Amino acid sequence: MYVSASKNSLQAIMIATLSNKKPNRLPQILEHASGDKRFKILEAHMKKYQFKQDALIEVLHKAQELFGYLEDDLLLFVAYRLKLPASRVYGVATFYHFFTLKPKGLHTCVVCMGTACYVRGADKLLAAVEQHAKIKAGETTPDNQLSLLTARCIGACGIAPAVVYDGAVTPRQTPEATVEHVKGWLTHGN
Amino acid sequence: MVIDDLIAIAEQERAARKKYVIRCCLAAGCMSSNSKGVKEALDVAVKEAGLENDVEVRGVGCMKLCCQGPLVQIDGDGQGATVRIEGNPQGPLYQRVTPEDAASLVATLKGGKTNVQRGDPAQPFFTNQVSIVLANSGIVDPERIESYIAADGYQALHDVLREMTPKDVVEAMIKSGLRGRGGAGYPTGLKWATVAKTPGNQKYVICNADEGDPGAFMDRSVLESDPHSVLEGMAIGAYAVGANQGFIYVRAEYPLAISRLQNAIKQAKQKELLGSGVFESPFNFNIDVRIGAGAFVCGEETALMSSVEGKRGSPRPRPPFPAERGLWSSPTLINNVETFANVPPIFRKGPEWFAGIGTEKSKGTKVFALAGRITNTGLLEVPMGTTLREIVEKMGGGAPDGRKIKAVQTGGPSGGCIPAEALDTPVDYDSLVKLGSIMGSGGMIVMDDTSRMVDVARFFMEFCMDESCGKCIPCRAGTVQMYHLLNKILEGKATPRDLEQLESLCDLVKNTSLCGLGQTAPNPVLSTLRFFRKEYTDLLKEDVYAGPKTDDPGQTNGGPKPEALLPVT
Repeated sequence: MYVSASKNSLQAIMIATLSNKKPNRLPQILEHASGDKRFKILEAHMKKYQFKQDALIEVLHKAQELFGYLEDDLLLFVAYRLKLPASRVYGVATFYHFFTLKPKGLHTCVVCMGTACYVRGADKLLAAVEQHAKIKAGETTPDNQLSLLTARCIGACGIAPAVVYDGAVTPRQTPEATVEHVKGWLTHGN
Repeated sequence: MVIDDLIAIAEQERAARKKYVIRCCLAAGCMSSNSKGVKEALDVAVKEAGLENDVEVRGVGCMKLCCQGPLVQIDGDGQGATVRIEGNPQGPLYQRVTPEDAASLVATLKGGKTNVQRGDPAQPFFTNQVSIVLANSGIVDPERIESYIAADGYQALHDVLREMTPKDVVEAMIKSGLRGRGGAGYPTGLKWATVAKTPGNQKYVICNADEGDPGAFMDRSVLESDPHSVLEGMAIGAYAVGANQGFIYVRAEYPLAISRLQNAIKQAKQKELLGSGVFESPFNFNIDVRIGAGAFVCGEETALMSSVEGKRGSPRPRPPFPAERGLWSSPTLINNVETFANVPPIFRKGPEWFAGIGTEKSKGTKVFALAGRITNTGLLEVPMGTTLREIVEKMGGGAPDGRKIKAVQTGGPSGGCIPAEALDTPVDYDSLVKLGSIMGSGGMIVMDDTSRMVDVARFFMEFCMDESCGKCIPCRAGTVQMYHLLNKILEGKATPRDLEQLESLCDLVKNTSLCGLGQTAPNPVLSTLRFFRKEYTDLLKEDVYAGPKTDDPGQTNGGPKPEALLPVT
């Protein structure tokens, strides 16, 4: 996950830590957090785990569920509340595929690329959507309507090839059906 | 909770059983075809027909034949019913049911007719199965603990806690001959014995439900269909090794399995079947669910433990094995979902009964997830030693559209492709290893003559390349190089020298990687090379730079040619 250096407060924090200058981003983050109810919910969730450091992954799951993606301030907030180094939180957030540091589109289309789906033509489904939406897997359309993603295997092999549209697993897809499904989401509508 | 309470719940549940039970599959496969809507429509239809007192609509777990979902099966109790009793596969089975079909299905109970597609419960896909792990799957309601208790659930835990010492439990496990169902096939009893005898005040039990192999969905089905059997198995394991805390590590991709597990844990705690003083014995046991975050490497036990601790899922060298130093450096018992699900039946029916099923070295049954280019996709459980041909051709119904089966892939990215000529191989741990594949967790992908084997090998290599955690160099760099070489072969730009390099890289990565991911990553390449070498060589072009072969070892060993030093792209 690459974020431009000028805006990346995490990187700034790490550099500052290395140069032994303690960054004073904390008031800003807490202020950011104070006006947003979602931070309260997140904090309650951390409390459920007694602010234990080993609950980091659970907390990040909740954070992503609430905010849609993990922005820098959010990661710093988690690090601060769990008393973990920012590098550790950043390390975990970037290690796992499930976490995303970029905002997702309004709609998501996840094409399962597991073996069963693959031998039943999942690559053709993906190619069809890529061609139609003019984006590659892992990208979001410029109008922020659609994120096209791939999954390793969603365990729906019995009904392959499967596609997940906005969280709903849909069985036995064809390239035409997939394009038809995402068509309505795209503003250019062609 | 004492045994009398348990028996009372079971009897109450059995007494409340209605004349007919309409079972509707509510596992993830059928759910995606709107089986939830079917269940709700059936509920309404029963009410409208005024049959609430005679008919129960039960949401159940996986009914196995996923390709025909949503599935609905109607059981009668013999009292004036044309259908036979619960669990008997003779009850009429309906396929591809839609919510609109509900009224006509209910009408059949009063002699009406329906146009819904009938499935054949007497086909080999069902009749050749031997259910131990899946015995409750598709029968009990996974959302209600009473349903599991009525199927003799938690009795094994009671008997173990009340009548056996931990040592007896371990001995019984050894006697049963159960081997780990996660893939490697390590004898479960021995693992339990090691954890039990390792000193330590704090021990843990972990259930590995990070079913990362693409093409495998057995563990998901077990968790969604019968979560309590896994909890009971874990509790028995915890008693045997002296642990008081358990974790189930589930993939985030399985939201339904996660919610059913959390619900099952809550119910078991309410009934005091988990928690402190289980069955009024001194045994305490709690289970927490930990949710993965999409990293294949976390299926490796040391990486999994690191993830449970809230860290990056990086594996570490073994030994020390988790049995000695595992979670937070404490002795840890870590088994797969299916392994734990085998435990309650073993104690209910005795280790001798279990050892009587299967082959000499592989006991019991194995659940397979049959998928790919095959007519019947779904779940099947067969005794160890059943031949691949029986599974794929007889039960699976062969390849669709009159195609010919070319190969069967087992073991996911760690396994290999077994060619059609070897279909008569009995499926057990050792025979599959001899063929260069592994049992793996049980994913079985059938490929027909439309699949190109080099392409398949590249597919798995891309998977391993992406999923390599990057800790050790052979895996991190080797998988990338092998992927590029396979690409080069597929593009028709490779020479025999490239193939040689690919083979030597396979050898290197296999023997020098840190964890199972890297050690097995070359398997798909090696096995396709072994059985389908011609598909590789057909894609090669003449090596124009090779020059005449000489006796100079520097030359014949592939002393670097100018182009070999360039990055392979």
